[in-house]
Amino acid sequence: MNRGLYVLFRKELADHFTSKRFIIIMLIVAATCLAGVYSAGLGIREAVAKESSEFVFLRLFTSSGGSLPSFATFISFLGPLVGLSMGFDAINGERNGRTLSRLLAQPIHRDDVINAKFLAGLFILVMMVLTLGLAVAGFGIILTGIPPTWEEVARMFIFMLITIVYIALWLAVSQLFSLLFKQTATSALACIALWLFFVVFVNLFAGIIADGLYPVTDQSPAGTVLKNYNLRHNISRLSPTLLYDEAVVTILNPGIRSLGLVLTSQVEGAIPGALPFGQSLLLVWPHVTGIIAATMICFAVSYVSFMRQEIRA
Amino acid sequence: MAEEIIIRTENLTKCYGDFKAVDGLNLEIRKGEVFGLLGPNGAGKTTTILMLLGLTEPTQGGAWINGHDCTRNPMAVKSFVSYLPDNVGFYDDMTGRENLRLTGRLNGLEGDALESRIASLGGRVGLSGAIDNKVGTYSRGMRQRLGIADVLIKDPGVVILDEPTLGIDPQGIEELLQLIKELSVKDGRTVVISSHLLHQMQKICDRVGIFVQGRLLAFGPLETLWEQVSGQQGQLLELTVEPDDSRLKELLNQLADVEEISREQTIYTLKLKKDIRRELVDTLVGHGYTISHLRMRQGDLDDIYRLYFKQEGVV
Repeated sequence: MNRGLYVLFRKELADHFTSKRFIIIMLIVAATCLAGVYSAGLGIREAVAKESSEFVFLRLFTSSGGSLPSFATFISFLGPLVGLSMGFDAINGERNGRTLSRLLAQPIHRDDVINAKFLAGLFILVMMVLTLGLAVAGFGIILTGIPPTWEEVARMFIFMLITIVYIALWLAVSQLFSLLFKQTATSALACIALWLFFVVFVNLFAGIIADGLYPVTDQSPAGTVLKNYNLRHNISRLSPTLLYDEAVVTILNPGIRSLGLVLTSQVEGAIPGALPFGQSLLLVWPHVTGIIAATMICFAVSYVSFMRQEIRA
Repeated sequence: MAEEIIIRTENLTKCYGDFKAVDGLNLEIRKGEVFGLLGPNGAGKTTTILMLLGLTEPTQGGAWINGHDCTRNPMAVKSFVSYLPDNVGFYDDMTGRENLRLTGRLNGLEGDALESRIASLGGRVGLSGAIDNKVGTYSRGMRQRLGIADVLIKDPGVVILDEPTLGIDPQGIEELLQLIKELSVKDGRTVVISSHLLHQMQKICDRVGIFVQGRLLAFGPLETLWEQVSGQQGQLLELTVEPDDSRLKELLNQLADVEEISREQTIYTLKLKKDIRRELVDTLVGHGYTISHLRMRQGDLDDIYRLYFKQEGVV
């Protein structure tokens, strides 16, 4: 294995584990997520009694019992923050600390630095998501007393995989910003701005644009309403947050058969029931591919710009 | 000392847009010498160093260290050459020992060999007591000494130091220069120092190159530099005399072999055809003057600088 990459990877891991920033973020995420699962677990018994008892285990992740949002909602909201907090000062922090030129004067390849930073972040993500997911699963089993089926376990792992990819996207974005902006504060603010935009504002913008092009009133024909909805939905899908949310809902809720509006004529004759695992996977495939592509583009851009950047400040 | 050339540049040029940071640099540095790269800020010293390490690509020309092409084979060069950037940075939340350990590992050192080297280098640069403190608590001078230890971890053949004495108190500078001189004398390493502080370089450099606006103005041992720069200019004599009255000027004008007299504040500068210090002193003392300052301008790097900038009309 490449020596420079390995040594720097270890150093980055050690940095993350000992940094206060990382510990604080982890505590926040773990506390909110476990609280969400706890309240979901309390509500689940009643829900099972009233409705069907299918896929009870998965409902631990998606149902929002009581006043707290579900585990999946929390992750979709806080996950980006974890990614951003790990990467926003990756390169400009080294530059401002004047350690970058000393580092690069050692016999290592230049891309080792950025690769090690990304890989270390990814490693931590994988560990965090797996730990949290399995903790939630164990916690849920104790709370509800219902063991999961194999399909549920498979769906849970796919959910964790999508989550890892989604947070990795934010890690790549924040590393890119750490290259583009000289000040760590600037890149942190830019990261948070982008995050807020995708989580909150992109829906508003999509609504404004769609309403402008296809105004919908009480008397509007169904065609306009449909066009309005589709445009709004497609614009929103530019946001990785929406892509993630859709993918997670579909994977964790086998009852969901299609995304977006469904016409009555399309539902006619359909037998109500859960979608098989493979079909759910097929439904979210474009979403996952989209998020992975965005991650790779971000990383590629930061890789190239790091390789071409002047070393001196 | 063997005349083996260890660092060579040929027509090394670096442009940033229209601006030529380094302009056709031809340099040869011998093995085991202390070479001073002198020049004002922004003269292209750091750019040159970065090109030597392969961290910046030259626009034209090339550089070779120990036979390796610095642009094509930077890994071999960086294994052989150590670089201490100006205003060096360490990871503040790690101890001195941890910082050195990281550098050592990046250079392929591990285990006992690495630990014993860190211990011995820590002692050599005088940081034994503080090596396990966080670098964030170090003073500027301690950081610089840690920098020297950091540079020596890989046991380099060439050490490049960029402005190593900047911002350190006089006592610290003295120790640091001593340490740097040892690298060459005791260990037989080649040392390249960039600096704009002439007096300090005078104390330790075997040869210097004077670097202005990307070009090498003069090059060689200090003694011969003056002739290179001054060319046909005669000798310049600085003189301050008390009392400073009008009769003095007449007296000076009467002296033979004085071509020109100029005056800055209390200092007269006489341009001489030959050395007439003895006659001058006799005359002045004979007329009851007290000489408070008398100095031949030559050989001193300050003078070379001043002369050059006067010619260029920069200052």
